Amino acid sequence: MAHCHGPDLTETIKGDKRIVLAGNPNTGKSVFFNYLTGLYVDVSNYPGTTLEISHGRIGNDVVVDTPGVYGISSFNDEERVARDIILSADLVVNIVDATNLERDLFLTQQVIDTGIPVLLVLNMMDEADRHGININVALLSELLGVPVIPAVAVKKIGLSEVKDNLPLARPGNVTPGVQHLLDAMIGRVANKGEALLLLEGDQIISGRHGLEPGEYREEIYSRRRERVNIIVGHAVEMASERKSFSQTLSGLMIRPITGIPMLALILYGMYKAIGVFVAQTVVGVTEETIMIGMFEPAVRGLIGEFTALDSPLGQILAGEFGVFTMTFTYVLGLLMPLVAGFYFFLALFEDSGYLPRLATLVDRLLTGMGLNGRGVIPLILGFGCVTMATITTRLLASERERIIAIVLLGLTIPCSAQLGVIAGILAGLGGQYVAVYVLAVFSVLVMAGTALNALLPGNSSDLLIDLPPLRVPRLDNVIRKTATKSYNFIKEATPLFALGALLVSVFQLTGILKFLQNLLAPITVGFLNLPPEAATAFIMGIVRRDFGAAGLANMSLSSIEATVALITITLFVPCIAAILVLFKERGKKEAAIIWGGSWVVAFVFGGMVAQLFDLFGQENSATAPLVMISFILMTTIVAAVSSVVKSRKRKSIVV
Amino acid sequence: MTLDRVKKGQSVKILSISDGLMRIQAIRFGFAEGAVINCEEVIPAGPIVIRRCGQQVALGRQMAGKINVAIN
Repeated sequence: MAHCHGPDLTETIKGDKRIVLAGNPNTGKSVFFNYLTGLYVDVSNYPGTTLEISHGRIGNDVVVDTPGVYGISSFNDEERVARDIILSADLVVNIVDATNLERDLFLTQQVIDTGIPVLLVLNMMDEADRHGININVALLSELLGVPVIPAVAVKKIGLSEVKDNLPLARPGNVTPGVQHLLDAMIGRVANKGEALLLLEGDQIISGRHGLEPGEYREEIYSRRRERVNIIVGHAVEMASERKSFSQTLSGLMIRPITGIPMLALILYGMYKAIGVFVAQTVVGVTEETIMIGMFEPAVRGLIGEFTALDSPLGQILAGEFGVFTMTFTYVLGLLMPLVAGFYFFLALFEDSGYLPRLATLVDRLLTGMGLNGRGVIPLILGFGCVTMATITTRLLASERERIIAIVLLGLTIPCSAQLGVIAGILAGLGGQYVAVYVLAVFSVLVMAGTALNALLPGNSSDLLIDLPPLRVPRLDNVIRKTATKSYNFIKEATPLFALGALLVSVFQLTGILKFLQNLLAPITVGFLNLPPEAATAFIMGIVRRDFGAAGLANMSLSSIEATVALITITLFVPCIAAILVLFKERGKKEAAIIWGGSWVVAFVFGGMVAQLFDLFGQENSATAPLVMISFILMTTIVAAVSSVVKSRKRKSIVV
Repeated sequence: MTLDRVKKGQSVKILSISDGLMRIQAIRFGFAEGAVINCEEVIPAGPIVIRRCGQQVALGRQMAGKINVAIN
């Protein structure tokens, strides 16, 4: 077991009382958290996970946030973290969506069953009113046995009441029929909460106590569900609802006929905003004017005071790839605007409720590649930063899906930084080359996905995703998310960039760069039909993929050469950071295969495009379409063979 | 019949769910055995979208095939 005892975070955050905020996803917990804790909030990584947990203070007490979950057990990282934090609580402020009580009260009742004092907050009461949902707050409080406070967090209604009523939190009424089970267990472990999770068969909690996991999960869950339904039946009146605009829009988003054009429109909007406005206009100012025009000369001036700029040390510190020049120009001038632009859109997607609908729309497409619709989330995140997206593959249900998603991410998804440079080069080539590039990369995505789905053992899990109501995102929330994520990106990327800059400078000064260039020449010149200097871009691409693309931008290549080079460089596993994460997430052997494989795939398919152009005649207007048709044929064949292999396998398992 | 054969707009009652983990998750989401749900959307060859009260959930087609229902 990865961690055999309670997490460190529960011990490091101290206070007189530990107040824990809990709730389902999208219930508006963060507004209450910010209100209760004020300005001084610490964000720390939860040990052993990538989840960030915020905590702050209210008087002498400490307030801890938890990830949004539907229940506490061990289905995924979020639940494990929420479970540990809730079990360590002195009192839980449970925020529920008043429009969705049947779902949300399951968690409430589960927390009540742990015996921890609870204060229940009914958020979004205004929406409930609009939907004709009438909640008898007093009766709800009586049935659950805990105080209930109605609120509309976004309009600041109920916030101060929550703060004032914290001392009133109390243990509620345990689900009927569960108490006697708990009584039998309680002598064997520290508290009622752990006893409950033991009974519910939680593997990790039972592991910590060296006990067999209990077998009552289904029984307790069913009783709890029944209890919640009875409570809702008594305390909530629902008027028959008429179809709202947001429901109609939601339907349009998930039906392929309307959903695909809408997706295309959204992607086009993003391309215009990030690829054109940010990558060209904004970066033009931040990179060219500010960093190269003002920052770099200043740094060179400063370093020139201590050492000659053309000395090896001067080159390493402030040369073309200088640690103090290139690192900051790249991170702050080029990457930050692109990454922030992307995270802005991502926050819009998250807060509006579009992502789960996108997952539903593309589910069919992704099941062919051994992923379910949920897999679209890391793939989309990959366009922001492949490194982070690789970590988020943890939200996928099985190891099989994680491997497929990580391979596809590393192989075919260019990150925001690289995409900016690629879009810039492609824009100068003309429509047919753009089409060849997009089609070739997409073909590799489909071929790799279907082949992995056929070859990897087992089956992937099915889609099960909650579609929260569509909401207009709140700008302050979106901006805060964008700022936090961009800041974290810079914090993590800067040291790696400095390392990359150092390596390339040293390679260049020692002649290793030239040596590698010659070593690669047979492939670059002989197979990819590129000039020998293109190898430098590939070598640079190992350090940072966008670095490589930037190297290509400064070479004079024909349209075909540029297309081939861009395809090759896109298919590489991205930057050092992504490679490090790949090794951390997948272990040495698997990571080495994935990394090596991406090199082979990159050169094979890049070379194939070059050879096809050669075969069909370089200057012919029918050439590009013929190349594309070849790729479509190839993809169809690979997909068909894969699906035959897959169905054979499935049959042989049945027999 | 199974949930993947339900048509858009039909209201059905869940009789049984043959997959254990799925059954647990369904209980948490509120569409356990015995629940009456509405079929909101059927994506061709893709997921089924169901609604129970205010809540909408998208289910993969194979998973829907493991849920036995009766027209309500």
